[in-house]
Amino acid sequence: MNAMAQEASKAPTFTYAIRQADTALILAQRLSAWIGHGPAIEEDLGFANIALDLLGQARLLYAYASEIESQGRSEDDFAYLREECDFLNVTMAEIPNGDFGFTIVRQCLLDCWRLENFERLTHSTDSRLAEIAAKSVKEIRYHLKYSAGWLVRLGDGTAESHRRVAEALAQLWPYVHEWFVEDAAESALVALGVVPAAADLREAFDKRLALILAEATLSRPADVEYRWFGKRGQHTEHLGRLLGEMQSLHRAHPGAQW
Amino acid sequence: MYTQSLNEPSSRPVEALDDAERLARFQARIDAEEKIEPKDWMPDAYRQTLIRQISQHAHSEIVGMLPEGNWISRAPSLMRKSILIAKVQDEGGHGAYLYSAAETLGVSRAELIEQLLSGRAKYSSIFNYPTPTWADTAAIGWLVDGAAIMNQIPLCRCSYGPYARAMVRVCKEESFHQRQGYHAMLSLARGTPSQRRMAQDALNRWWWPALMMFGPPDTASHHTGLSVKWKIKRFTNDELRQKFVDFTVPQAEFLGLTVPDPVLRKGDDGHYITGALDWSEFNAVLKGNGPCNAERLRERRTAHDDGAWVREAAIAHAAKRSARAVA
Amino acid sequence: MSQTQDWPLFEIFVRAKSGLDHKHVGSLHAADAAMAIEHARDLYTRREEGVSLWVVKSSDIVASDPRDSDALFTPAADKIYRHPTFYDIPKEVETL
Repeated sequence: MNAMAQEASKAPTFTYAIRQADTALILAQRLSAWIGHGPAIEEDLGFANIALDLLGQARLLYAYASEIESQGRSEDDFAYLREECDFLNVTMAEIPNGDFGFTIVRQCLLDCWRLENFERLTHSTDSRLAEIAAKSVKEIRYHLKYSAGWLVRLGDGTAESHRRVAEALAQLWPYVHEWFVEDAAESALVALGVVPAAADLREAFDKRLALILAEATLSRPADVEYRWFGKRGQHTEHLGRLLGEMQSLHRAHPGAQW
Repeated sequence: MYTQSLNEPSSRPVEALDDAERLARFQARIDAEEKIEPKDWMPDAYRQTLIRQISQHAHSEIVGMLPEGNWISRAPSLMRKSILIAKVQDEGGHGAYLYSAAETLGVSRAELIEQLLSGRAKYSSIFNYPTPTWADTAAIGWLVDGAAIMNQIPLCRCSYGPYARAMVRVCKEESFHQRQGYHAMLSLARGTPSQRRMAQDALNRWWWPALMMFGPPDTASHHTGLSVKWKIKRFTNDELRQKFVDFTVPQAEFLGLTVPDPVLRKGDDGHYITGALDWSEFNAVLKGNGPCNAERLRERRTAHDDGAWVREAAIAHAAKRSARAVA
Repeated sequence: MSQTQDWPLFEIFVRAKSGLDHKHVGSLHAADAAMAIEHARDLYTRREEGVSLWVVKSSDIVASDPRDSDALFTPAADKIYRHPTFYDIPKEVETL
């Protein structure tokens, strides 16, 4: 990228990094609620590992966003001192856990999208994003192995498990939509080769997911009208409660070190 | 981590006389510091004592995930959140290693978990205390894990091979737990006045329960004899408790916090002398009347029951898959 | 409380780094082999303890009986000529 392009890409890259960071953080917050409450001890450990990976990704992305912004905000400033409308996570990440099957469907959908996205980001013309993606993509590959493995077990397991994940898939499907709606900021980055094109991603996502759903004996729900755009700061009611809890201690002690 | 010395040998009679020779050979192996392995002959009382001790230890790890897990969602920085998740995750891991060691003695994990959930099995009573503030997670790491390490290091040399090996793994990971706890405590002690108050309050509440983790005083503990003879246990409760106090009091002083014991002083022999422990409280918590006994078990039961359809589905899928492979 | 059957037990073997043997580290429960690998990764390699995993259903392992130990292993004890140290070689002979 030349200097002018670099300057022009700053604001959209900041927004993009925050979107990815917030998505990872909010999803980690959701997943970590399973620790101590999973269907088997081994599953508690699995979710904990995924949550730790996601937190690590969020921290790298906040650090990069802070560099771009150069106002000295720390990762904790981003995580603990912003309001609902400042958070730009995709909506699906904030949807409450539901049962184990619901969590697995949410995870598998997000993993499919994140894997396709981060694989492409490893070739980004933005070298910092490419670095972060290269580290993250190995983790996400494992996350998908884990979540897809479970989705197949539950989809193909008993009548009850099939019913539960089929319902979860129907409920969560509408939230997939926003991942593939490019806004002006993203289109600018696509043009500069910083991020992959939405249409490209959609095709790859659909293909990858179709294979998993087939093995899980599940069918892809019909697309429905969609309202939520978490990545633009338009959230469900759930995010406020999540942040209220997550930020409570930090906010109760302004300026404290932990 | 967290054995407490409620692990007493089984009261069953040691084998009949015709086993006397095998028993003598068994004891000779123990005396020679040989490890006993799963398929070796062992007296039934040795087996039962180990099953009980290891499973209580495993249950303690699993229940022990809950009080600290309570703060994962509210951890005050992303770094602390990561550390706490990794720590609670380790506890689950320790529970799994220990169930695995117990299973080598011929009991199934399902049976052991059933004993826990039905309230028949004991676990360390320390986890029946609440964690109302963030400082409690720090105090647990520092004091509870610290006491646990003291109890557990000798178990790495326990005569039963699988238990000893599991404990080597556990102890390695446990020192991360204690250090992160002290580190978090240090941040609070050096922090704002309200952080300091939080830290002192946590020390006040965890000090005595931590001392009680070593079990009843030697004068009141009737059953240590066989455990010592079998090299399952190598030090008495009071010896370990004394060591813990001697290590921990200076650490509290470094933090600038006050140990909640008005009569605490250093004796002429260099060892600290503490006030009397309130064993009636210990016994009440052990009997199920602690502040959180019911809550902890209820949470474990809910997790188990809510997970039943998941575990069944996984088995059903595995069966279908192997049927398809055969066809 | 629901009484369901537990997942089968698997024995776990970890290769700490390439060049070393896989070593038994313990066991765990999993519904199938793929799950056993994932669980083994989460349970036994959280701190970079391994580069490769083997999982084997515990019920598939055949072990020798400790009661046969004498018959199986003690006959090797007096075959000391199998060990290089059995042979006294004059100091003058080098590189042997």
